Parts: sequence; structure tokens; C-alpha cells
Amino acid sequence: MVERKGGADEGALIKIGPKLLDLLREFGEIELENVEIEAEELEIWIPSATVVTPPAAAPPKVVPAKPMEILKAEFEPPIQTYQGRIVEVKLGATRSEGGTREKVVKIGGEAAPSFYIFEEAPPNPPVISADVFDMEVPLPRAIKMHVQDVIGDPAAWAKLAVDKFGADLVTVHLVSTDPLRKDASPSDAAKTIEKVLQAVKVPVIVGGSGDPKKDAEVFKKIAEVAHGERVMLSSVTLDMAEAGLLGEIAKAAREHGHVILAFTAMDLNQAKELNRKLYDYLPRDSIVMDLTTAALGYGLEYSFTVHERARLAALAGDVELQHPTSSGTTNAWAAREAWLKLGSEWEPRELRGPLWETVTALTLLLAGVDIFMMMHPAAIRTLKEVIGNLYKRGMVKPESIADWVSIKI
Amino acid sequence: MSVSKVKKGVREISPLDVYMLLPRTNCGKCGESNCMAFATKLVNREVLLELCKPLIEEEKYGSQYSKLKELLAPPIREVVIGVGETAVKVGGKLVMYRHELTYTNPTPIAIDVTDEMPEDELLKRIERINNLKYTYIGRTIKLDMVAVRSTSNDPAKFKLAVQRVMSTTKLPIILCTFNPDVMKAGLEVAYERRPLIYAATELNWRQMADLALMYNCPLAVFAPNNIGLLKSLTKTLIEYGVEDLLLDPGTFPDEGIADTIMNFTMIRRSACKLGDNLLGFPIIGVPMTAWSLKDAPKEVLQWKEACLAAMLIVRYADLLIMHSLEGWSLLPNLILRANIYTDPRKPVAVEPGLRVYGSPDENSPVLVTSNYALTFFTVQSDIESAGINCYLVVVDTEGYAVESAVAGRKMTAQTVADALKSSGIESKVKHRYVIIPGLAARLSGEIEELTGWKVLVGPRDSSFIQAFLKENWPPKVS
Ligand code: SF4
Repeated sequence: MVERKGGADEGALIKIGPKLLDLLREFGEIELENVEIEAEELEIWIPSATVVTPPAAAPPKVVPAKPMEILKAEFEPPIQTYQGRIVEVKLGATRSEGGTREKVVKIGGEAAPSFYIFEEAPPNPPVISADVFDMEVPLPRAIKMHVQDVIGDPAAWAKLAVDKFGADLVTVHLVSTDPLRKDASPSDAAKTIEKVLQAVKVPVIVGGSGDPKKDAEVFKKIAEVAHGERVMLSSVTLDMAEAGLLGEIAKAAREHGHVILAFTAMDLNQAKELNRKLYDYLPRDSIVMDLTTAALGYGLEYSFTVHERARLAALAGDVELQHPTSSGTTNAWAAREAWLKLGSEWEPRELRGPLWETVTALTLLLAGVDIFMMMHPAAIRTLKEVIGNLYKRGMVKPESIADWVSIKI
Repeated sequence: MSVSKVKKGVREISPLDVYMLLPRTNCGKCGESNCMAFATKLVNREVLLELCKPLIEEEKYGSQYSKLKELLAPPIREVVIGVGETAVKVGGKLVMYRHELTYTNPTPIAIDVTDEMPEDELLKRIERINNLKYTYIGRTIKLDMVAVRSTSNDPAKFKLAVQRVMSTTKLPIILCTFNPDVMKAGLEVAYERRPLIYAATELNWRQMADLALMYNCPLAVFAPNNIGLLKSLTKTLIEYGVEDLLLDPGTFPDEGIADTIMNFTMIRRSACKLGDNLLGFPIIGVPMTAWSLKDAPKEVLQWKEACLAAMLIVRYADLLIMHSLEGWSLLPNLILRANIYTDPRKPVAVEPGLRVYGSPDENSPVLVTSNYALTFFTVQSDIESAGINCYLVVVDTEGYAVESAVAGRKMTAQTVADALKSSGIESKVKHRYVIIPGLAARLSGEIEELTGWKVLVGPRDSSFIQAFLKENWPPKVS
């Protein structure tokens, strides 16, 4: 996470972000009928026969036996079959399932590459989890302005993310447990999670501090306290396995009915290795993979390709990769282009930033990511809308763009 | 593409066909253990034919080489638009997925102007198209083409606009009109610049084909949401003698995204995986159709256009026509294009080791960073533009950026210690303070233990190095 410090123009903050949100919201309500091109603009004037005289510089080629009618060619959708299928993972649990969630989220289950909807639309739409922090952390200004009232109050923040931003679930990052920061205790962390579970009805993802030992303690405590809620513990690593911490976390997850996010750094062999280690403790439907998300401009192509390869390999039958994936899309803000002032022709950055996050998300959406951990409300809203639209097969009206060439803007 | 080849229709090349044309000596120079293995990879478009050195170097294989070249021609035809230095190559894709080899010919982005724009507005737009530039990893990224749309449907107006565009930019041009008379007026003045003719449709294909042949220019085929028609048209046009074709299956905003993405994907898979020659042409995406949703505010349309463009850059568009000229909406896509078209086979790491900036002395700061190329170049440019005299120790993180290197244990106290040692920095400075990236703060204690150097945790972004040093250098002796 990055922050531009002490900008001289702090007072002249352009409130374009919230405005954009309103705009996007409004826009969703406009009926297509209202924006159809006027009939007269649709007319294309086609002369019956055009006699063309070649200019001296380019003599015509002589081509024998030109067709006079359109020659018909058949098109068959190129449908393929796959041996593999991604396992379905359920996050959250209702009362009847042993939890207290009113909404649960199912991810995975795909039997075709991402949005190859001529084969099969993803049985479970990708979902968005909004990032919530349990203490003040450096945030880009474009994000901060949307959450400033709830910083330091993770329950209120989670509620805002669900009610106002439209998040499907929330990720509570327990940054305060970091030994290098507040070193908050596992039971303090558990209290935070309990509060969030009370504040929202959606499933919850529990984010650690990145310190393997401390995360192990925190995850075990939370697994116990949130018994039956089917939270996702984010995340475990090969480091933890090496330090002998993986088993206890995975056992706690199993015992209390939770899901584990397995993080590896853009390396499919490592991802498989970590999953194999987890299989000793957990059923396959309790494992989600984080293959690392790099920001647009700062390695996104690696993330894109590692996800695309993982998904294709899984469909081709590699069972160790047949898990849904989760992306830390908020990493997009690590790109300076997302938040830095770059000069007037690239402004306003209040729009550039959320678009940066959105484009990072869209790229990974088409590589097969199932859960997006995001921050900016406009990015969240756009991704949700695009995912919705990707299911609307057969809705196009060719005439709506047939004369795009002469539209007046 | 020969007519007879097209008539064969969909077909797959078998590895055996390829094997029979290789030298069959199993010499291993291509990196494969034998010719059959190489043939299989060739068919899968995972390697380039040119890796078989004997085939290229030894004269006796000359005719086999050219036969193989024809057999293995890219599944997507490469079409040149424009002339001279600014000409763009479009398509020429060898593979469907970038990890199978690499993507060739980064998607050019064309920006539209119309023949009814007032002259000063048109010139302003062209000037901005010409001059919009951004430096990214030491490269200049910019816009590539101008699309001139006839909104007037008047040949004289179109001709005038095309002339104005030609006299103010060297960039390749796309002439956009469905009216052959208007198209002809544009071509009369622009044909020597080899513009793209946009577009042939079900209704005008013959006249457009005549123009394409007469002026020897590439031709786009437009059949919105109708791949069958698109295919029929390319079949017809190839028979008619037009070879340089591009396909536009239509770009539909909002609810149309589903079919748009589906069409692009089906076309590309048919061409790359099923050898469907009639669909083996570059695909044109037109994100500016977002602007047909007229009633929405400008920012929303710019936003929607940018989102459509991003999805199409990822999903197989070989050329994009866009309207927004806003830097904030273009930059993410210009960078995305650069990313997606990076050659995945090339390492993105720089040499680890010591770099020296300005004229540092024994009291100058020592900084540490990763050897991921982008991180390194960013840090370097920040140091240089701030005119800082310092040493930079580049740690071998195997090409990972700092954050993922720390997470993935490529940057550890040990690798930092090793880098400090082997850089010889100990003999260059008399202090023992090292500044590590803010994103590696977690390592500070361990580094101090392992090296005996004091660690200063630097900023999380290198643009703050200057400010950081002002505050923290020389270090306050504790
Ligand atoms: S370099 Fe050519 S001849 Fe040698 S093994 Fe490879 S394919 Fe065969």
C-alpha cells in the first residue's frame, strides 16, 4: 500500500470519486431503449453500382473469376471437452449449517476456461470481497476519502463495504496483530472478528499480518471462536509448512469447519506442493489458492499467465490445481501510476486510481480468478456490473452498433 | 493465402508432416532431444522454427525450410497498415495463449476524428494523438493510429478531413465509412499511405473489395454478432482476390459484453486451435461503441470504454478503435498492452550487484533493492532524477519485485547479506548503515543480526527516496 504524503493540494481535494460513483449508479438505471440511435442515423446509403476509375499510381490487379454472390461458409462454435473441473468451495455457513451467516458464497465449480460461455458460463459467478483493516494503515487518498469515517472501526467499515459498496463478503486484515506494529493478542483479534461477524451477514475472510508464527496463533484462536462460520483464513504459506506451523492451522480449520487460502509466489509447482501438504489435513473443498497478484504495470502479466496456466492445467486434469483462486487485487495500488500526480494530461488521479484497480481486476477475471479482494468502491461496482453482464448471453442487438461509424458524439 | 488452401477448410497440421520436413538428425541443437519432439512443439506453436539451426544454415535444407515456413505460417495473418516508420503490423499471432510462446504485434490503438469536426477541433485532437507519450521502463508508449469517420456521408467533406489528417500526422490511418463513394473519395487522397479500409459489410462488400484491390489497401470486414456471415465474407473476399483482411465481429457495451467476449474468443480459438483459415485474420475491437450510450455523462462513457478496451486487449483484439483522449483513461490500457505483450520467455531481471550514482564518497548512503527489472529501473530513475550521490546494491531476487520477493523468500536477510558482501561495498564506505525498501521492513532485525550493519527502513515507494534522505541522512548516531 502506498500513500502520497503531505500533498500541498490536500485542501483542494477533488471529490470526483464519489461523484463518479453516483454517475455509475445512475447509469445502471438507464434503459437501453432510451439510448438507441435515431432511425435516420441508421440508414446506410449504398449505391447500386459504383464505377471506379483507377488512379494512375495504382493499376488494378487482374483477378480471375471473381465471385458475384456471397459464398456461404458454415461456423460451428469451437467447443472442447475437459477432463477436469474446479472444486466448489463454500464460504460462510447459515444457522442450519452451523454458522450465523444469512448469505453464503459459493465459488469454483468451473468446467471451462474463464467465461468461455459458448461452452459453459461459470456455475458460480466470481465474487468481490472488500478489504477492511483493523487499524489505521497508509491508504491512497482516492480510497481514504471513501472510508475515512470508519477507519479504526472494522465492524463499521465492513458494514459500509457490504451496504454501500456492494461487496459480497469482507476481508478483515488483522494488521494490528503484527509484532512489528501493535502486536495485538490473538484474543483481541478474535474479538474484532466476532464484532465483524455480528455487523454483517455475509461470509468473512480473516487476513493475518504476514508474520508466520503470529498468524498461526491468531488463526487458531479465530478458528475456535468463529466455530462453524466457515471463514477463510488468509493465508498459509510454504514458510509456515517449513516452520512446522501448517499442520496446526489446517487442523484447527478442519475441526471448526473453515476454509484455507494457500498463498504461493507465482509458481505453480509451489502451489501444488502447498496443496499436497494441505491434503493431509483438509478436504479439497476447503482450499482456495492465492497465486499472487501483481499490479498493472508491475508484473500483472505474470499474475495473468500464472492464473491462466493454472486454470488450463486444472481443466486438463491436474487435480492439484483444481481449486478456485483468490486475488489480492488491491495490490494494484502499489503501482505509482495509480496514485501519483503525473502531470495534467494524466489527471485526475482520483479517476485514474480506481480505473487502475478495475483494469487489474478485469485482466484477472478473464484469467479465471474467483474471489477479488478489492478496495475502491467504483472498482468494486464496475467489476460486479461486468460480471453480471458477462452472464447476459444473447442480449446483443446488432443494429445498436451497426452504424457506429457515423454516431455523433 | 492461396485459394486452394482455403478450400481445404479447417485442418490440423500433424507433427508427422512437420517431422518429415525437418533434418531428422536428432542433433539436439534446438534444445529438444530429437526432431520429433521439436516437431510436436512446432505444431503446438510452442517454439519457433528458426531454433532448428541446421535447417536454416545448411543449404541442402533450403526447400524444406520454405515448405515448413508455409506449413507453419502464423494462424493469424499479419497485415501491415500504413507505410514507412510509423506503419503498424497487426495480427501475426502465433499462439492463442501468451504462455505458449509470446504475443506478437502489440494491439495498436487508433483514436477517432470525424469529417464534421470543425477544423481547429480536428487539429487539436490530432496534435494530442501525436504527442501523448508516457515513459515506462525506459520505453516510450504512445498512441498508434488515427481513425477518420465519415459522419457526414459526403465524399467531399470526407476527402477534406482525410487531407487535413494526412498533413498533420504521419500515423497510419483508418478510413471509416460504409459508403463506397465516400470511401473512394478518401482513398483517392490517402491510398499511398496504405490506410485500412473500414469496412466491407454484407451489403457493400463488392464495391469495397474493388477499392481494396484497386488501391492495394487492407480491408476490414464487419458483421456484428454474426461469425457465420463474417466467415462467408472472408471466404468470398479471398476468392475475390483480397488477401489482407481484418475481422470486426462487433464490440457491444454493457449487456453485450458477454457475446462480444464470446465472439472474440471463438474466433481466435477456431483460428489457432482448429486451423480455420477463414477466421485467421486480425480482430478489430471498437470500444468506442460505448459512446453510443449517449445519455450518460462523459466520465462514465470514458470509464466504460476503458473497461471494454482492457477486456479486449486481454481477449484477442489485434487493433482497437477508441474515442476518449483522456490520459487517465488511456494510461491503464497503454500499460496493460505493454504488459500482456511482454515476451514471457525473456527474463525480466537485471544483473544483481553494485550500482554507483553520481559521485558518492565514503559517507554516501547505501540502498538496497530487488533485481526485478521494473523495480530496478524505477528506483534508478528516481535516484537519477533527484541527483542523489549513492550506492545501490541490487539483490538477486530472481526477478521478483520487493513485496513478492519478501513473501516468496527470494529477498531474505541471507540474500541481502550475500549481496552486501559480494558487492564490495564494505570497502567503499566507512559507515555501516544500509537503507532497505519499506516493503522489506520485516527483514530489518535479521539483516542487522546477520551483517552487523544498521538497517534504516526506507520509503515504500522510491519516489520518496530524496525526501527520506533529507530527513534521515546522515543517520543520527544512536
Ligand atoms: S535442431 Fe533441428 S535437426 Fe537438430 S534435433 Fe532439433 S529439429 Fe532435429
